[in-house]
Amino acid sequence: MRFVVLAFLLISGAAQAAPAPGALSDPSLETRARALQRELRCVVCQGESIDESNAPIAADIRKLIRERIEAGDSDGQIKDYLVGRYGDFVLMKPPLQPNTWVLWFGPVVVLAIAAGVATGVVAGARKRARTG
Amino acid sequence: MTAEIGQLALTLALALASVMAISGLTGARVTAGISRDLASSAAIGMLVFIVLAFATLVYAAITSDFSVLNIANNSSLAKPMLYKITGVWGNHEGSMLLWVLVLAIYTSAIAFARRGSQRLTSAALGVQGLLAVAFLLFILFTSNPFLRVDPPPFDGAGLNPLLQDLGLAVHPPTLYIGYVGLSASFAYAAAALITREVDASWARAARPFMLAAWIALSVGITLGSWWAYYELGWGGFWFWDPVENASLMPWLVATALLHSALATERTGAFRTWTLLLSIAAFSLSLIGTFLVRSGVLTSVHAFANDPERGTFILIMLVLAIGGALGLFAWRAPSLETGSAFEPVSRETALLTNNVLLIAAVSTVFLGTLYPLFLDALTGTKISVGPPFFAFTFVPIFVALLIVLPFGPRLAWRNASVGETLRPLSPALGVAAVVAVVVCFVVRSHLLAAIGAFALAAWVIAASLLDLVQRRVRTAASVAVALAHAGLGVTLMGIAGTTLWRAETLSLLGPGETAKVGPYTLTMGGIERVDGPNYTAIRADIHVSNEDRTIATLRPAKRVYPTEQQETSETAIRTTGVSDLYLALGDERGRGRFVVRAYYNPLAPFIWFGGAVMAMGGLASLWGRVRARTAQRIIDAVPAE
Repeated sequence: MRFVVLAFLLISGAAQAAPAPGALSDPSLETRARALQRELRCVVCQGESIDESNAPIAADIRKLIRERIEAGDSDGQIKDYLVGRYGDFVLMKPPLQPNTWVLWFGPVVVLAIAAGVATGVVAGARKRARTG
Repeated sequence: MTAEIGQLALTLALALASVMAISGLTGARVTAGISRDLASSAAIGMLVFIVLAFATLVYAAITSDFSVLNIANNSSLAKPMLYKITGVWGNHEGSMLLWVLVLAIYTSAIAFARRGSQRLTSAALGVQGLLAVAFLLFILFTSNPFLRVDPPPFDGAGLNPLLQDLGLAVHPPTLYIGYVGLSASFAYAAAALITREVDASWARAARPFMLAAWIALSVGITLGSWWAYYELGWGGFWFWDPVENASLMPWLVATALLHSALATERTGAFRTWTLLLSIAAFSLSLIGTFLVRSGVLTSVHAFANDPERGTFILIMLVLAIGGALGLFAWRAPSLETGSAFEPVSRETALLTNNVLLIAAVSTVFLGTLYPLFLDALTGTKISVGPPFFAFTFVPIFVALLIVLPFGPRLAWRNASVGETLRPLSPALGVAAVVAVVVCFVVRSHLLAAIGAFALAAWVIAASLLDLVQRRVRTAASVAVALAHAGLGVTLMGIAGTTLWRAETLSLLGPGETAKVGPYTLTMGGIERVDGPNYTAIRADIHVSNEDRTIATLRPAKRVYPTEQQETSETAIRTTGVSDLYLALGDERGRGRFVVRAYYNPLAPFIWFGGAVMAMGGLASLWGRVRARTAQRIIDAVPAE
């Protein structure tokens, strides 16, 4: 029985799966492409990245990313190209620029204010604990 | 006829809600109990009528009464009975009806519990009455589920197939129990500001409601994440989608609230801050409802084109939040007494927890709402996706987890550094051992993985140690240990899945194989399997591990003709510590199909940790209810 299974596995093992459609043959370049896909948004979808989307435009951009990577472009160059075409909307991580300062520095300001107020409260409580 | 009964029941519920609002708020000013009793009766009457309205809609759905517009739009004859029922809250009108149903249940609970003074209960009922009036008006004028359509269609339009799922049957009601539960602590906070009664007994009155809401939110978020995991087919568990964020924000603030209210109850500290958090937590629930229900998320323009509902919710939002904050600004300064404690104390620890949670909420709040503001004000579109939150939210939460184990150890008012730190050293040892194991045994040299697992071990070990080292174990100490350890377990799941996941995308025909993680996948065959209201293609994929066939997984793709939509039915094999996750993609020529395979180590821990956290909440709630029952029995026995 075991032999049959093994034989079956050996035979079927010969029929290796075709790689994913459109994947780059160089695994390290493919990894780069996948990482880049996750940082880009599918512009017609609701909050999906290029990596996850079934939309035709996402498939086109996945193809484009691979073409640019094979042509030797850097990640930055590919992103710049796509931002030029679709605007900042295409970036999952918004760039740091004047109209995103509130977004990026807001939490830091909140943390600083909250920590400041808390320090004041603790100082007040300490004073009361030691005098009264 | 049935729809008209529902309509009438809602109108009567509105009348009773008005009675409750007026008598409740009057009762806040007088000491006679009659106003409170009137408000209580109105609360129970309102519940009866809303249950009747809800039952009417369920009946219309079960009988496929397509003369009711809501049923015609969201149901169909072929839909299985289970989804006919759960579909009642799978659409806007029905879900708003569920919202007021849950509100009515909590309101009756306040009326029955009668915690706190007469005036406090009365005022809390009055505030709940105002909320009920607002939401019932919203339903009757903009989202009426009982509108008729003439002539009725022969069949309905069906329900979004993604929503025809058991996860959906339980996820929204659970989340609503959480969202709306926060209305009770909001009502108690407003009542405290109105009556100027905010003391330990106030905190004891409001806490069970905070706990119930927090438990429900924890369970709801966990279920939602699990649903997204198996239903969406991308192997992900959290997408930082605005709808998810809308549920995360109230949870974060409710967590902060539970901790702050603890100090208020025990030592009277932070009373105004606790009131403010109560207001903030429910405000975020309302904002979440606005985001999800107004269509503003699909696009700012969708909201502008059909602004009726969105505008109504926005007005409610401004009145509720603005009113409460106005009341707070007016009354709070006279309520704060200022507490006394040393810098090394439980109070400081709870304050630190609150500072970090508020910072965490601010990242989610800005990440979710800032793109909408920017688009509405300047027309500039930006995206805020997972990389943003990895950069902002994650570091704050890591800081929170690092300091978390110290909290439950510190004594109130004045703690000793040595006595706090010494019993924690074994936990530090466990964390170090785990770091070494991850690095040299698991051979993962990712700094993030070593750090994350050491951190999780630190939190879990410290929580369990706390329980072991105690001389007296109460329900409260078990609750703290479970809630904190659960967080550590979830962290392990998140770290394992995101850092160690293996993914294979392959094109498989019959007999062909692919590898993912430790498994080899062999495509068996492709079959057509049709369901009651869909057609499907299903693949039989044999899974083997080291040449041993261990399972056959059957991922499928469904097409729902009525709704003209496709869904991916993932197949997941879990060992309890890792998942093998398969999703079937498109056919690409000659019977070969795209198969997405994920090996997700520790994925089940994500939801297991959520369940443990919720159990912690339940332990705390149970301890309180039991203590109160015991107190009632003692009170009932006359002193000799």
